[in-house]
Amino acid sequence: MTFLRDTATIFTREFAPVWRDPLSLVFTMAQPLLFLYLFGPLLEKGTDTPGPAWQWFVPGILIMMCLSGPLMAGYFLLLDLIGGSMERLLVTPVSRTALLVGRTLKEFVVLLAQAVLIIGLAVPLGLDLHVPGVLTGLTLLVVFGIGLGGLSFLLAIVSAPGGELFYGVTQVVMFPLLLLSGVLLPVENGPGWLQVAAAANPVTYVVEAERALFAGRFLDAPVVWGASAAVVTALLGLHLARRRMARGL
Amino acid sequence: MIHARGLTKTYTLKKTSVDAVRGVDLDVAAGQLVAFLGPNGAGKSTCLRMLTGLLPPTSGTARVAGHDVTTEAAAVRARIGYIGQKGGAGEAFRIGDELVTQGRCYGMTRRAARSRAEELLTVVGLDGLFARKPSTLSGGQRRRLDIALGLMNRPPLLFLDEPSTGLDPASRADIWSHILRLRADHGTTLFLTTHYLDEADAMAERVVVIDQGRIIADGTARGLKADLAGDRLTVTLHDPADTPRAAELAMGLPGAADVTRDGPKLTLRVAAADRALPEFLRALDAAGLKADTAESSRPTLDDVFLALTGRTIQDEDA
Ligand SMILES: Nc1ncnc2c1ncn2[C@@H]1O[C@H](COP(=O)(O)OP(=O)(O)O)[C@@H](O)[C@H]1O
Ligand SMILES: [Mg+2]
Repeated sequence: MTFLRDTATIFTREFAPVWRDPLSLVFTMAQPLLFLYLFGPLLEKGTDTPGPAWQWFVPGILIMMCLSGPLMAGYFLLLDLIGGSMERLLVTPVSRTALLVGRTLKEFVVLLAQAVLIIGLAVPLGLDLHVPGVLTGLTLLVVFGIGLGGLSFLLAIVSAPGGELFYGVTQVVMFPLLLLSGVLLPVENGPGWLQVAAAANPVTYVVEAERALFAGRFLDAPVVWGASAAVVTALLGLHLARRRMARGL
Repeated sequence: MIHARGLTKTYTLKKTSVDAVRGVDLDVAAGQLVAFLGPNGAGKSTCLRMLTGLLPPTSGTARVAGHDVTTEAAAVRARIGYIGQKGGAGEAFRIGDELVTQGRCYGMTRRAARSRAEELLTVVGLDGLFARKPSTLSGGQRRRLDIALGLMNRPPLLFLDEPSTGLDPASRADIWSHILRLRADHGTTLFLTTHYLDEADAMAERVVVIDQGRIIADGTARGLKADLAGDRLTVTLHDPADTPRAAELAMGLPGAADVTRDGPKLTLRVAAADRALPEFLRALDAAGLKADTAESSRPTLDDVFLALTGRTIQDEDA
């Protein structure tokens, strides 16, 4: 009971700034929106992307948001760790796990809202809405997002109080993860080493799964692989962050 | 309220280790106002972080507010307040919301937290600023907000880490008036760190001096000064050639120590300057030595620190 109350407390704290200024959500989405409107139409004309262009492209944008939102969630935790506000909360009896879960929940809600917005904007552009597939795809997306959020929190905690490690790792990791997943351009036509790197990238599997789901295919192998990658990321991220949190900051 | 035994903290950074706190024993009774005084890096914050359960000690034990900090952390947390060295409010949040969050973390209902937040904002002179962000507050206002955050749960024991550091003199005095009022109105036990000697001297009834992770003195400011530093006498002789003879006479004074000569000037420490000075002047007269000027000064806590460590506290200020 106290755990649920504490989680609600932390979620409310983290979500209040978004709630008060919903437009900020749109600003943080500037990049995916630009891709949707400026990059999407180019793909539409191209012929060598597998499947109808929007069905292929929109899942990529959603994954991009997952990498820029939840993966960067640790940044705000880092600010709280560098300032005194995390310490101030840790002195209270609030549940340590709730401090993480409440934050993760906020990332979850924000990601979901942004994903729904992107999908809503993509439909008039030509995205076919396979409702059950899209709903399953959204679930997969937020599960993956929760995992990335957990890993980002972990990185923030081990980077405090300096923070250099956090900035370094996120800078170095984000773009390769993104580019090597075939989010924006297919990797199938790339050289062998690139395909090997893509195969080692968990994001690849989640993107493939999202594409299958957005095309309305449920019982595809990529869906199973992607779902596994997302669930493993989520369990690992939450477990590691929680364990680190329990050791004290 | 606080009973610590052999409290020790060794930080390990890469391959080196830092002995930040080395075997601190401490007892603080309910209702006391204790100033924990020491230069930067002495281990004050580390001690506070251990006493508040933020940092597990490398070894040693502490009972705080009746409970063990490691094994009964939740019970300790419910009974203490802590105002850290860095600001407690998150930059992204409205200050009123941060207070409500704090209250909720202590298990208050939203309504109770809200009314406590309004009440405390008034107490610390921030009424009407509920919807402000911390970045719009002055340094002194921010520190008062930190105090409000530390008081949400009405703690009988409050830890304050450098509550007045970095503030202008007027804001320092203002913060102190809040701290002292807490004590007068609620009998709150206060344990605070400072590296401002004048503050520890003027405000605290008990001063615990820490240096390089060890407690090196503990007592009232007056007691420490009398026991460890003594008063200082400075006498200028008319004829510099007389100083060796005067120095000999000075050695005969009660509690005389650290006699130094500098040209015609003679300085020394004595137990009680008010008695020693007339006596010294009479002795000089009797020996036919003429003094031009004579003055006495009370010691400061800096003199205490100097006597204990051979260094001044401010030496190490960053
Ligand atoms: N997180 C940390 N990791 C490593 N060393 C630390 C850490 N925090 C403090 N120290 C070191 O421990 C010593 C005591 O620090 P601190 O308790 O902050 O002193 P004070 O509060 O008296 O200025 C210092 O030498 C400081 O460099
Ligand atoms: Mg300190």
